[in-house]
Amino acid sequence: MTAATRAEVCVVACAEAWRGDGEILASPMGTVPTLGARLARLTFSPELLLTDGEALLMADVPPLGERPGAIEGWLPFRRHLALVTGGRRHVMMGASQLDRHGNQNIACVGDWKRPSRQLLGVRGAPANTLNNPTSYWIPRHSPRVLIERVDMVCGVGHDRAAAAGPSATRFHRIVRVVTDLAVLDFESPDRTMRVRSLHPGVTAEALKAATGFPLDVPDGTPPTRPPTAEELRIVREVLDPGGLRDREVRA
Amino acid sequence: MTAATGDKRMTADEAVARLASGMTLGIGGWGSRRKPMALVRALLRSDVTDLTVVSCGGPDVGLLAAAGRVRRLVAPFVTLDSIPLEPHYRAAREHGAFELTELDEAMFLWGLTAAAHRLPFLPVRAGLGSDVMTVNPGLRTVTSPYEDGEELVAVPALTLDAALVHLNRADRLGNAQYLGPDPYLDDLFCEAAREAYVSCERIVETEEFAREGGPQTLLVQRHLVTGVVEAPGGAHFTSCAPDYDRDETFQAAYAKAAAGPEAWREFADRFLSGDEDAYRAAVAGFGGATA
Repeated sequence: MTAATRAEVCVVACAEAWRGDGEILASPMGTVPTLGARLARLTFSPELLLTDGEALLMADVPPLGERPGAIEGWLPFRRHLALVTGGRRHVMMGASQLDRHGNQNIACVGDWKRPSRQLLGVRGAPANTLNNPTSYWIPRHSPRVLIERVDMVCGVGHDRAAAAGPSATRFHRIVRVVTDLAVLDFESPDRTMRVRSLHPGVTAEALKAATGFPLDVPDGTPPTRPPTAEELRIVREVLDPGGLRDREVRA
Repeated sequence: MTAATGDKRMTADEAVARLASGMTLGIGGWGSRRKPMALVRALLRSDVTDLTVVSCGGPDVGLLAAAGRVRRLVAPFVTLDSIPLEPHYRAAREHGAFELTELDEAMFLWGLTAAAHRLPFLPVRAGLGSDVMTVNPGLRTVTSPYEDGEELVAVPALTLDAALVHLNRADRLGNAQYLGPDPYLDDLFCEAAREAYVSCERIVETEEFAREGGPQTLLVQRHLVTGVVEAPGGAHFTSCAPDYDRDETFQAAYAKAAAGPEAWREFADRFLSGDEDAYRAAVAGFGGATA
């Protein structure tokens, strides 16, 4: 089997975010996180619940774009929103902008009153971040995404949660940031972003240059865990034979 | 036998004739899914304007925005799903065409729920720490009167003058049935509104509901409904499972028409200048041309 591509390293890094989560809903947004969640369920986190992206919980794990063979539950949007506030969910959202404290923006670029670029809107990010564990997936790590200051706080970061008080921090937890260059988290003394591992082939200098705020990359930062042969087989032959992962992450 | 009284059938134009400029209008469905598009198209044919639109937005918002009918939008998002950013909405926002009350999805759900229960607000753990609080300076928090003393956001009731929803089946009395996997928030929209107008793929005899699905598919009850509109294809081009999927080819053409005023005029002339029958004929012609 050929060596893992960057996209495949990212799939495994996303899967790792859900390791040990137990019997909760994994809510991936984007192709690579979706592959990651399905890979986690097929390997080290078999208890995870997964939706079909609409209202159904899948009893089995189909390849991307295919329907499940059986349905184990019903989760229409309103029950999904209720599940968020119950906390039994770990979401991996995208981010148009993300700052060092973990504040995320998916709503708009520029002044909110009249944005230079209207994006999705806040969607469920404010409730997600205050209620269930949240991770982020950044397919193109760049200084415009990993930015000093986001234009609108949708997903709440550590500084803003702390300032908002105990009701905001009570269930607030940002688990992981997976990008196409590295895996990051917030397990630093001041809860700012920290490098957890560098993807194979990525240097500390390249990571710093691609980040819009000062980022310390300590000597001895480990490489991101490579996929096992079995994980590669599942991703390539079972979950994504069409190679959709390569459309999201450049080789 | 079904009682013959209380027949609420009307045309989409008759339903819209009961609406007035300046109203707060809730629109059911979610993104580009089961939107009451025939009713929205009837709105576009009317001169009703200056609307406050409350919606988990899709092309309903895009069309009304493109036509300049929106004064304020209350929404957590606007999307075409398979096309993540709604281009007509985007253009309107980037031109500052209307005011926006941007809410989190959970806040939106509990705001409608509060209205349905005639409560002034409901407390939610959402919004705190985010810029939803900044861009909505009128939002207030409420402190739990119990020992925990938690401070939560008090989402105000999203009370509606009228709701527009589209379901799969309805009877002439206003009972309505959904047959797809997701009710969205359609029943809540109806409960939160003073008047609700339900369009459907097919009006059936009340007795026929049981053949289509179990009692839990009877989402909207007649005591909430003012008007029932039979509108086959009434959600087009959004999805209306299981009757039909989203018309992706048509949606792509709709999105492309946001390129500029010329493209929009062309699209509107071709598809939106006549009544619903003309729309269906134009769509049939469009499908034929691209098949």
